[in-house]
Amino acid sequence: MEDEVKISARGVQVYYEDKQAIKNVDVKIQDKTVTAFIGPSGCGKSTFLRCLNRMNDTISICRVEGEILLEGQNIYHPDVDPVQLRAKVGMVFQKPNPFPKSIYENVAYGPRIHGLFESKSDLDEIVEMVLRRAALWEEVKDRLSEPGTGLSGGQQQRLCIARAIATRPEVLLMDEPCSALDPIATAQIEELIADLKENFCVVIVTHSMQQAARVSNKTAFFHLGDLVEYGETEELFVRPTDPRTESYISGKIG
Amino acid sequence: MAHETGSLSEATALSRKRRAAEKRYRLYGLVAISIGLLMLVILLTTIITKGVTAFQQTYITLDIELLESKLDKKGNRDINDIKKVSTFGYAPLTKNSFEKLISANNLNTALSPKKASKILSKSAASELRNFVINDTSVIGRTISFEFLTNSWIDGYLKGRINRGDIQNSKNVSPEQLDLVDELVKLGIVEKKFNLSFLLGSDASDMRPEAAGFGVSMVGSFYMMLVVLLLSLPVGVAASIYLEEFAPRNWITDIIEVNISNLAAVPSIVFGILGLAVFINFMHLPQSAPFVGGMVLTLMTLPTIIISTRASLKSVPPSIRDAALGVGASKMQTVFHHVLPLAAPGILTGTIIGLAQALGETAPLLLIGMIGYIASNMPSTLLEGLASPNSAMPAQIYEWAKRSDPAFYERAWGGIIILLIFLVTMNTLAVILRRRFERRW
Ligand SMILES: Nc1ncnc2c1ncn2[C@@H]1O[C@H](COP(=O)(O)OP(=O)(O)O)[C@@H](O)[C@H]1O
Ligand SMILES: [Mg+2]
Repeated sequence: MEDEVKISARGVQVYYEDKQAIKNVDVKIQDKTVTAFIGPSGCGKSTFLRCLNRMNDTISICRVEGEILLEGQNIYHPDVDPVQLRAKVGMVFQKPNPFPKSIYENVAYGPRIHGLFESKSDLDEIVEMVLRRAALWEEVKDRLSEPGTGLSGGQQQRLCIARAIATRPEVLLMDEPCSALDPIATAQIEELIADLKENFCVVIVTHSMQQAARVSNKTAFFHLGDLVEYGETEELFVRPTDPRTESYISGKIG
Repeated sequence: MAHETGSLSEATALSRKRRAAEKRYRLYGLVAISIGLLMLVILLTTIITKGVTAFQQTYITLDIELLESKLDKKGNRDINDIKKVSTFGYAPLTKNSFEKLISANNLNTALSPKKASKILSKSAASELRNFVINDTSVIGRTISFEFLTNSWIDGYLKGRINRGDIQNSKNVSPEQLDLVDELVKLGIVEKKFNLSFLLGSDASDMRPEAAGFGVSMVGSFYMMLVVLLLSLPVGVAASIYLEEFAPRNWITDIIEVNISNLAAVPSIVFGILGLAVFINFMHLPQSAPFVGGMVLTLMTLPTIIISTRASLKSVPPSIRDAALGVGASKMQTVFHHVLPLAAPGILTGTIIGLAQALGETAPLLLIGMIGYIASNMPSTLLEGLASPNSAMPAQIYEWAKRSDPAFYERAWGGIIILLIFLVTMNTLAVILRRRFERRW
């Protein structure tokens, strides 16, 4: 089970206009694990992450080459509908970005547009289940009709996670989900991530090596658009094989 | 260079200079604002002092004996016979009424009753005639009737006309003014609130006292309706397309530049375009509010597009990411999330665009929406849109053009009404903007 490959990228190259941001990356990401992308700022972590649910499509100058297989199907195949793909591959962003709507509506929006429920009580159930899953239910159950933007930063980010998992995705992408949060909120999110890997394939970008060490099973180290090293998190931190990885984790580049 | 050591509160040459500059700058600001406010006060007091008199009008209350012998000689109340009596036939009634008035109150006047009755508006006889034709049962009775006085009497009571001014006037004599003074004391002539200014239509050159602003207000209303219904959907659709869907290339660049250019085109250009295209080429009716509305739509569209695009742009990209991230399509993202957030800004821009259009005069003159076009309120929507009418600013211009100062007063009165509309609309825009300011 552990070794089941969820996503496999082959020869992925990403260009912004003429500038290459990702150089020939091959990687296999496993299901029911947390995979962390680390590397110095600007090395292409976000860019690569956004390839996995084709969010890069929204940037007109961005061009992706190579193939990315989700359960064997190339998501860059012309027949693939990126909108459907994104329901399957959820995303949580760096800055918490709840909709300026009620907490309930934030979670219900995904199921609504994808028609994932039969009745109103069905939807209520989904909302409750999802908010429980995101460890937010106890805090918000009495104020579901209040705006999601009124929550604290950490709560907002958990709401965004709830919103993402409400569409029943298989993969959850997180781009530095804790970088705008305080340590306590960060700890809560990390706990949640550890919990989420039971059901999802989680890919998290982080600039904090400690965070990667704490939450991830596998780690990929990017440098200047190259995937330098990829392996078991412990292995990579304790016995890096590439000198670039070593100097990064010992704090010499970054 | 070493810093001067010493207390922080001690003034150095540099800090003194900096403070003086700050003080000077603040002073400039205050002076500039004071000048602006002073101008505003002067403007408003001028407008109000000149225009407020238009909201009052001099009326005279007369008992009129509606003699059967004059109005219905055969006595059979046949409406066709009664209609044959022209306004000239009604003149003796007012004359008789004055005769009785003078003798009953022992008024000391050298005027013949006929001369005395000339203080009435020229519209008096036709008002009386319409009244009788509407309800023939009044014939034979004595009815108390409220007439407009002519504009010179009105001007005299409002202080616009002095006795010195009228020495050689054919329109009004000192004796008439004496009589009016007496009648004012008796309470028979008095100034009242001028409801017909708010409800009525423009009148001919000879009867400024009867000219009203109401019909042109309605003309403006229908025009604004057309502008709103055309420019809001078209403008918003165009903006959404340009902002959210259109690719960025040289074609959209050209479109963008040209929209900005259009916003700067003088309104008279749109007027002559409307004349050439809508009236001369498409043969749409002249002076019709819907054509006026179409011309003003051309003018308002760029304003609405620019402000709509600005408010779409101001919706943070994180909201779009959020929606796309849960698998919303582009369409859903725009209509479920972006548009609602941009709506207050769009509305504000629309109101400001409408307010601009409401005050626009030049293009209307070119398509014939000038004063004295409509003499009745339109009774249906279709009539309101298609039958010839004027609009507020064009009516004001028309009055200001006429030589009689009585019209001039009405022009100022019209400006007060127009300004009330504009200030209301702009306030509404500000309130909307405040109310819905950035909720994310
Ligand atoms: N929208 C964009 N347009 C142009 N260049 C971009 C864009 N986004 C990222 N880049 C460039 O791509 C490279 C990788 O960026 P990014 O993936 O954001 O790095 P990271 O997330 O690792 O900090 C950087 O050099 C950045 O300047
Ligand atoms: Mg990044």
